[in-house]
Amino acid sequence: MNTYAVRVIYKYEMLRAWETLLQSFASPVLSTSLYFVVFGSAIGSRIEQIEGVSYGSFIVPGLMMLALLTQSISNASFGIYFPKFTGTIYEVMSAPVSFFEILLGYVGAAATKSLLIGLIILATAGFFVPLEVAHPVWMMGFLVLTCISFSLFGFIIGLWADNFEKLQLIPLLVITPLVFLGGSFYSVSMLPPAWQTVTLFNPVVYLISGFRWSFFEVSDVSVGLSLSMVLMFLAACLLVVWWMFKTGYRLKQ
Amino acid sequence: MQSIVSISNLSKTYAGGHHALKDVTLDIAPGEILALLGPNGAGKTTLISIICGIVKASSGSVTVGGHDIVTDYRATRSMIGLVPQELTLGAFDTVWNTLCFSRGLFGKKPNPEHLERLLRDLSLWGKKDSELMTLSGGMKRRVLIGKALSHEPSVLFLDEPTAGVDVELRKDMWALVRRLRESGVTIILTTHYIEEAEAIADRVGVINDGELLLVDDKLALMHKLGKRQLIAELEQAVDSVPDALAHWSLDLSADGSRLTYTYDPHNTHTGISGLLQAIREAGMVLKDLRTTQSSLEEIFVNLVKSK
Repeated sequence: MNTYAVRVIYKYEMLRAWETLLQSFASPVLSTSLYFVVFGSAIGSRIEQIEGVSYGSFIVPGLMMLALLTQSISNASFGIYFPKFTGTIYEVMSAPVSFFEILLGYVGAAATKSLLIGLIILATAGFFVPLEVAHPVWMMGFLVLTCISFSLFGFIIGLWADNFEKLQLIPLLVITPLVFLGGSFYSVSMLPPAWQTVTLFNPVVYLISGFRWSFFEVSDVSVGLSLSMVLMFLAACLLVVWWMFKTGYRLKQ
Repeated sequence: MQSIVSISNLSKTYAGGHHALKDVTLDIAPGEILALLGPNGAGKTTLISIICGIVKASSGSVTVGGHDIVTDYRATRSMIGLVPQELTLGAFDTVWNTLCFSRGLFGKKPNPEHLERLLRDLSLWGKKDSELMTLSGGMKRRVLIGKALSHEPSVLFLDEPTAGVDVELRKDMWALVRRLRESGVTIILTTHYIEEAEAIADRVGVINDGELLLVDDKLALMHKLGKRQLIAELEQAVDSVPDALAHWSLDLSADGSRLTYTYDPHNTHTGISGLLQAIREAGMVLKDLRTTQSSLEEIFVNLVKSK
């Protein structure tokens, strides 16, 4: 295994985040804080508790997921798209590295950044609402799995995209609506029965539900089902990335 | 001697149907400088890209150091350094960081002494903390060479290394290439600057439209295909070549003041003595006499045109 290669890719990507500290960390924290102010404090103060949890606290897992998903995807997609755009990808492609090592470097760094953002948001939430985590190990497990899975998904988008518009297309038009409609700000049980059924086709519902369970032991679907869905998504992403490297899709002519 | 790079029946057809390489077979000896000459779109970069693992071959095989580039890619790529044609560098990295990145990417543990030596050799040590976007084109080109050499490769591919580079820097690069060869590095460079191949290459390969037209020792190539011309300037212009000189197939310049005789310098009898005598007997007075040797450029142009 070419551990030096994994290390330099990882370090390079982390360094990029450090050099753009405001964009990488301050921006998602600020936007999440605004959600807390608007939804948690202004609107939340007029909403009753949901399944025994105050509204402000109830939305914390959803807001964390919103930030995690968007950040994982944007970090990983940009990380691999930018060398493609500038042409510096030739160096990675001509180096003695396997697809798994490339993944470890790029996806590992993107997932680490998202994880840090998630933890910072969690700490920030503590300033706005009372927080307690019922199952910290599960919470970290969901957090890590989500970061890895969606960083992999972002990596796929970065490989697929051949212009900046496509890079933004899926995060803006698919991921953000799915997170908003996936129970970030409400419980699925609050919807009319027909919409509850429709919502179950949204994969993000399972992520938020499982994550929320690790905080408050309340969920829309069983935690086992949530975990299975995350693992299935992870496996599917791995499979797609493996195929992309094997065929050289958008990398090798 | 066993080849360090061995290419057998290599072909490449791109998805759009363009046949970029056609059954190329080539062996490169350790420690030599091979120049691949060819016009734009000839297939030079495709050939290099396949060997380096950036482009997939449609058929054929390549070994580097006896290892197959597909099944044993780690071994082959570790031996290869590539300097691409384009100035592809991250804008915000520093010179030092980008070299460290390249060395690590190729699986080598950090070696600041080697990188410092390299940067000093490339006259870049003073710029080691500079961001790449602040460097001139020539400096960026040298950074790319530094990156390619950071992991101490035994085979170096230089794809159009002096494209857009001024004369002074070009000569510096030629000197660097010679120094690398002295240290045992095999160098394969693509160029369409004939004087570059003439100045530094041991062997020259001519590639056109995906076909390797020939590969030969540079001097042997000039010896085999190089023509020599004797140019006679006349005191008084003539309207046509006199019949007495028809035997030599002379060319008369448009203004009638210059006769050109093309001959093979390797023939036992070049016919020059007889020609000079015949000119004198024809009553023509010579003002000047000189010879010229065809350059690699003329050989190249003739080869490409004849195909």
